[in-house]
Amino acid sequence: MQDFTLDDLRRVMRASVGVDDSVELESDIADTEFTDLGYDSLALLEIVAKIDKEYGTAIPEDAVQDLTTPGKLAEYVRGRLPGAVAS
Amino acid sequence: MNALRVAVTGIGVVAPGGVGRDAFWSMLTAGRTATRRITFFDPADFRCQVAAEADFDPAAHGLSPREIRRMDRAAQLAVVATREALLDSGLDLDAQEPTRTAVTVGNAVGCTMGLEQEYRVVSDGGRKWLVDHEYAVPHLYDYFAPSSLAREVAWACGAEGPAAVVSSGCTSGIDALGHASALLRDGSADVVIAGSTDAPISPITLACFDAIKATSTYNDQPDTACRPFDAERRGLVLGEGAAFFVLESLEAARRRGARVYCEIAGYGGRANGYHMTGLKPDGREMAEAIRVALDEARLNPEAVDYVNAHGSGTRQNDRHETAAVKATLGEYAYRVPMSSIKSMVGHSLGAIGSIEVAACALAVAHDVVPPTANLTRPDPECDLDYVPVTAREHRTDVALSVGSGFGGFQSAIVVADPEAVPA
Amino acid sequence: MTAVVTGLGVMAPNGTDTEAYWAATLDCKSGIDRIERFDPSSYPVTLAGEVSGFDPADHVPSRLLVETSTMSHLALAAGQMAIEDAGVVPAELPEYEMGVVTANATGGVEFGQRELQNLWSGSPSDVGAYMSIAWFFAATTGQLSIRHKLRGQCGVVVSEQAGGLDAIGQGRRLLRGGHRMVMVGGTESAMSPAGLVAQLPGHLSRRDDPARAYLPFAADACGYVPGEGGAILIVEDARRAAERGAAHRYGEIAGYAATFDPAPGRGRPPTLRVAMERALADAGVAPADVDVVFADAYGVPHLDRAEAEAISAVFGPHRVPVTAPKSMTGRLYAGAGALDVVAALLSIRDGVVPPTANVTEPAPDYDIDLVVERPRPAPVSTALVLARGHGGFNSALVVRAAQD
Repeated sequence: MQDFTLDDLRRVMRASVGVDDSVELESDIADTEFTDLGYDSLALLEIVAKIDKEYGTAIPEDAVQDLTTPGKLAEYVRGRLPGAVAS
Repeated sequence: MNALRVAVTGIGVVAPGGVGRDAFWSMLTAGRTATRRITFFDPADFRCQVAAEADFDPAAHGLSPREIRRMDRAAQLAVVATREALLDSGLDLDAQEPTRTAVTVGNAVGCTMGLEQEYRVVSDGGRKWLVDHEYAVPHLYDYFAPSSLAREVAWACGAEGPAAVVSSGCTSGIDALGHASALLRDGSADVVIAGSTDAPISPITLACFDAIKATSTYNDQPDTACRPFDAERRGLVLGEGAAFFVLESLEAARRRGARVYCEIAGYGGRANGYHMTGLKPDGREMAEAIRVALDEARLNPEAVDYVNAHGSGTRQNDRHETAAVKATLGEYAYRVPMSSIKSMVGHSLGAIGSIEVAACALAVAHDVVPPTANLTRPDPECDLDYVPVTAREHRTDVALSVGSGFGGFQSAIVVADPEAVPA
Repeated sequence: MTAVVTGLGVMAPNGTDTEAYWAATLDCKSGIDRIERFDPSSYPVTLAGEVSGFDPADHVPSRLLVETSTMSHLALAAGQMAIEDAGVVPAELPEYEMGVVTANATGGVEFGQRELQNLWSGSPSDVGAYMSIAWFFAATTGQLSIRHKLRGQCGVVVSEQAGGLDAIGQGRRLLRGGHRMVMVGGTESAMSPAGLVAQLPGHLSRRDDPARAYLPFAADACGYVPGEGGAILIVEDARRAAERGAAHRYGEIAGYAATFDPAPGRGRPPTLRVAMERALADAGVAPADVDVVFADAYGVPHLDRAEAEAISAVFGPHRVPVTAPKSMTGRLYAGAGALDVVAALLSIRDGVVPPTANVTEPAPDYDIDLVVERPRPAPVSTALVLARGHGGFNSALVVRAAQD
């Protein structure tokens, strides 16, 4: 079954929006706010669009503003993967 | 700074819902909206399917078949508005020294419609990265380099003075008039044909705004899709259009007995140096731009009779500019009417600043302020007098118009009845 | 108010910093070569002045890289150099007294083509979020303002190749209005297949020998080679620059004027000459005071002729050295004027007029003293820089040695 881990998210972030020089993406970023990692609202939209494209998740616009950390986003994406059980 | 006073002696407007100055003004004062489901192309695949399109027939407005073929729609709108402004001013440009007549054209996104159309042709509908030059039309370069817009306006009025496009995104329409005023004040020109134009309603522009979720999704209610300051707002609605002005010194205008609509009394531009699209909630730089414009006009905040809002229809903007206006006008902000005509004519990017200045000039001329259409459920955080739904008779000697755009640019301009400005 | 240039930043096809560009220019080393950014073999034009030694990642943080196009990468790199050269620390100065004015002619071209392709070969949702801020003409000014926290009045001028000078002229206006410092100039990059094809209807040279393709003022001139790059300058109110002890004073922006040519068929003369005369008058200098003219140098016979006639009408035949270092970069559109101003300022600094490359002599009926083949040592205290934009834009700018 398809999964979406923090590493998958790291890969998408690297490929689509780059990494701030002062940020170590490999560190424990799950609970760090995207803004503290140097990602603004446009970057988040770009990340979400790339995930939607690759995973067919169709994340609703209204949900994005609450997905403020990589951990929350990855968990949300997992819940929308095909075959995921609604929690 | 030179004390030369800049008079507006001619106005031409092509806007959604009204081609021509009078049609534009009657539409605004009727509170009528021109937003509708897009007809220029099939918008079915887009997130936002609404825009404010102008019903504009270039041939009916005097453009020759050659001009129509050569010009992108943005140029066509500009030339028609320029001709109306010139006619309105009664100024005989042939009697002026041509190298003393300048042209300043505000524009944000160039000749997008023509460029995208021709891109599709040379790329075989987007299939080829190595596009095919055999299919390139001769005027492709004019679409590619929007300096062609200034050229068309200069040709339309025979101007040979300084000519340029001012392209600072969504504040271009205000910044072009600030630039034009500076040309008169520093002696670079005696007359400036100034204004702005944009015709951005094309798939690529719509897709850009889709991608950042900035546009309204009221696809099922297109005529009320743009709702500035309303709690139910969902974003901006793209528009198109042009407004041009004949600017000359107040002294010269009076000498030739011209009708003076108003003067451009002050201009201010600041940048937030913060984010390309994000706005600081406190509206600091917009407030600073307003202060600079009022200072240049030598007017107190209490002299402002009407504020023409940026009012794009996004929550971020509405709160930002409400804060900025409160910061500069203080308690008085609650007593001055402030409205957004974007609720009716949409957001025509680089053009809207000049279209809004045209609305301000006509408000000064007629002592009526246009309303904010579709404002029926006010956002509690936006608590100023936004003139909901219905135009209002209101003595207007001094009007302030503000703009905010990508890049962080914040601009403000003050137009005034010359009698209201300290000599 | 005297406007003095205190910092320079250059990104040119023949040099990716100020001194490298200047050394190459004096050495007649051209940056024009076969296009490498994409395969040009199917096009009638295969040469360009690409900034080939430039890796944007060396100059622009990766987060910023993804949201900007090449034109902005070049400007961010040049802007950083200029501000370091000037020694300006914006955080120490009043934020609203520093502005940015850049010129741009064609937008974020390769970025735009990529996203247009995403849209038309895919769907609207394939267009990325950064298209909205990377493609438009104001992208560079906005990014420079944000990067350096310059929060005063900003602006963007579009007048094709004349724009670089117009941006500097507008910057001087801001200083007169009370700003203390402006970052001005322009960069351009139209190096994508669609960008090149869009330029084909113009006057591009179709020769494929880099040494014979762009020969301004030569009898066998045959069009121009397009280039990318440009320059960013820091210009300050001279009094403010002195107060903060600015390390460099490369020269003053002493005069500026712009005109537009009459519409075809009006039977009126072109107006470049008027722009030159007004710029000289603005600077308060006589033609005889000018030590060198940096020509617009279209490389198109009728346009070269018009410029040569305007120069000899103002100065007299063969009375002033004329040069075109852009023969080594190609025409950089909005980047050209600012780069030529840098060359003019370095001429003043080093007392040398750079050459026009690949041209051995001007066409015999042009009455100009064209500096060719090698640099000409000469004291330079005043230089006139010319720029023309497609469609009829003319701009002229006078720089002169900083006065004490």
